[in-house]
Amino acid sequence: MSDVAPILEMKHISKHYGGIAALSDVDFVAFPGEIHAVLGENGAGKSTLIKIAAGVTDPSAGELYVAGKRVNFRNPTEAMAAGVVCVFQELSLLPDMTVADNLSIVAPPLRGGLIDSRAQRERARELLAMIGCEDIHPLELVRNLPLSRRQMVEIAKALAKRPKLLILDEATSALTAADVERVYAIIRRLRSEGAGILYVSHRMHEIEALADCATVFRNGRRIETFRKGERSVSAIVQMMIGRELIHHYPEKPTPDSGARVALSVKNLSWGQQLRDISFDVRKGEIVGLGGLDGQGQRSLLFALFGVLKGISGTVEVLGKPLRLSGPRSAMRAALPMALIPEDRKTEGLLLSMNIRDNISLASLSRFQKGLRFDRGREHFAVERMIESLSIKISDLAAAVSTLSGGNQQKVVLAKWLMTDPGIILLNDPTRGIDVGTKQEVYRLLRDLADSGVAVLFYSTDYAELIGCCDRVLVMYGGSIARELSGTDLNERTMIETALNVDDKGQAA
Amino acid sequence: MSDLRHRLYHNGGLLAAIGLFGLMFTIYVANHPVGLTAAVAATAANKAVLLALVAMAQTLPVLTRGLDLSVGMVFILANCMASAIVVGTIGEGLLGIAAVLGAGALAGFLNGAIVVWGRLQPIITTLATGAIYYGIALYIRPGPGGDVQSDIADLATGQLFGVVPTALIILLGVVVLVWLPYRNSVLGRAAYAVGSNEQAAYMSGVPVHRAKLLAYTLAGFLAAFGGLMLTFNTYSGEASAPIAGNYTLNSIAAVVIGGTSLFGGWGSAIGSIFGAFVLRTIEDLLFVFNLDPLWQPLFQGVVLLAAVSLGALRVLRIRNRLELFV
Repeated sequence: MSDVAPILEMKHISKHYGGIAALSDVDFVAFPGEIHAVLGENGAGKSTLIKIAAGVTDPSAGELYVAGKRVNFRNPTEAMAAGVVCVFQELSLLPDMTVADNLSIVAPPLRGGLIDSRAQRERARELLAMIGCEDIHPLELVRNLPLSRRQMVEIAKALAKRPKLLILDEATSALTAADVERVYAIIRRLRSEGAGILYVSHRMHEIEALADCATVFRNGRRIETFRKGERSVSAIVQMMIGRELIHHYPEKPTPDSGARVALSVKNLSWGQQLRDISFDVRKGEIVGLGGLDGQGQRSLLFALFGVLKGISGTVEVLGKPLRLSGPRSAMRAALPMALIPEDRKTEGLLLSMNIRDNISLASLSRFQKGLRFDRGREHFAVERMIESLSIKISDLAAAVSTLSGGNQQKVVLAKWLMTDPGIILLNDPTRGIDVGTKQEVYRLLRDLADSGVAVLFYSTDYAELIGCCDRVLVMYGGSIARELSGTDLNERTMIETALNVDDKGQAA
Repeated sequence: MSDLRHRLYHNGGLLAAIGLFGLMFTIYVANHPVGLTAAVAATAANKAVLLALVAMAQTLPVLTRGLDLSVGMVFILANCMASAIVVGTIGEGLLGIAAVLGAGALAGFLNGAIVVWGRLQPIITTLATGAIYYGIALYIRPGPGGDVQSDIADLATGQLFGVVPTALIILLGVVVLVWLPYRNSVLGRAAYAVGSNEQAAYMSGVPVHRAKLLAYTLAGFLAAFGGLMLTFNTYSGEASAPIAGNYTLNSIAAVVIGGTSLFGGWGSAIGSIFGAFVLRTIEDLLFVFNLDPLWQPLFQGVVLLAAVSLGALRVLRIRNRLELFV
């Protein structure tokens, strides 16, 4: 590809935060008409690389070239003007504004110097049609859209800027399977039109399906750039984590049908979104929730944790009925419940507060003795949690926002594990975290189960459900379509059940 | 049809404020001894437009998730300035008006500049600058007094064709010439974006700084416009601290009654106008029902609580408790 000028070129780029190097002396080249995968664990330097290319942060040293020209972006606007557009993992949409407003936020169509709202709405319709989201009304407020739709709007917003280099940072992590296919098609079309694409993802099969070439980062350094098919998946994983992975998933014990039923759900319904759901989870079991995104899995977890109003049906914990009146009563059930939320930034963490306060937040009452709050015991307990989850931190008093995504997720886990839960509900806990941390989470879940905890685990990653769970309840349209276990618990059956088709591929 | 549903949804707060005002004003007129005459309307309008302009001013910083505690002081400063320089011939009077409005815009710009470049919090910035602006007003007008160009003043507070209060026409003019273009400009849009989520706005390439600067500058301009109208009503200037403070606090109340979110990113200055009208009508209602004016603050408080509770009605139909915190 040396005959084509690179769209993005980095020479000896370094970036330091305080004394810590996020990138050290990185050379990186991306060409137009290519999909270039950027791989690495969280904290490997991918995010920093993207932020530098998109003008969000300055490099501490080195040179940046876009389409052959030396550039020095001071802000995202300048990067966009040069054709570098980024779809960030942290959504950059404005919740209180309409979809149409959001899609034309920077350069709206003008008439007589003022915004032409009719033309803007038309443009929004076209863009939404382009990404196959005609179902989104241009006048809908972004805050009323579910996460998966928001992410599609985010992608449409990027396309509106006609990028020469499109950077996608975990852009498909919240999407439904159908939308993922649409995004693939869009990316391939952009490639054929000569745009360069940087694609960051933790999902190996996405990269195999899309990328022309890939670069692996580790500890702020570029390890290797190679073309599609030159390296096997296990070799790539090896490069990313720098150590051989023998088992991806911890071994499953033989099911113990004599264990007590920890959580029993009977005929649970909630409007149109949850219909007549019944199942049991025994102590020591990991039960998965599968199916396409948005089939009621999240609502089910919220319902069990008492967040939803107007639930019918019964929930029993160790045979005692549970009042679904809020997280506090769920946390005080016969077996205390914990919900590890999906959106760690809004539901899981107090970002501006420090690590210690975040971890002890849900179990503060344990350290209260009369009028005295035992800081020493709190500190000790937090330290133990950090050690057992091997959370990488510099200082307990640092704000949680300074941690990498994987470590933030561990802080959320630590917070809930500290409450000594007997039932753990997990809402897609591995979304957007790196391979190494994922493995640690799987190990942790199995260890918890072995110690008698009942785990209900929702994930959008089928491989993860198959690898981790004893049984998987596949949901479709708000009800449980099928329970998979033993040899039925494989990718093919799971996808067929999720799509509600039989094994001949016919819609049921 | 679906378009209409969305539009109604976007303007729910505004419609509620208009409805509340309509109800209260109907009760007022129905119980007024002489009914709705041109004179009654003009008196009501002249008083209401003052707070309406200051409330419009307050709306702009609030939309960017800020607050301007100096609007009442800029209002009074403009009043004192106008009583000194909007005098003489009509031509000189008009020049004076331009100078007063310019001074208001400058005061607002200073607020914005300190918020944007000084990175201070709006609430404390405007608390301080408000005291400064009030100090200048006191320097200009140590005791009540002064005068105003009477031709302009009579025109601005009289009636058009003997029926329509001119003050309402002027307010409508401000809406059409200032608010609507602002609302549909790139920087006006940016103000909503900043209030909705400043980080996301920045990442999207929205001109965050210019949006805030303009919001505060326009706030100063509108507050000064209010002060000018006050001068036309009173034919004098007075550096009154209680009036300044009252207008500031009532402007915030009017903004909230008008359906604008104090968390920014949501609302409209037109809603604030009706919010101001609602607050003003309370006073008039007390008058027609022969209640002691001493009750006014109490009733204002009740209406404010009721208006805010309207917004909280959604709690009853919420099905996911997490939505309460959004």
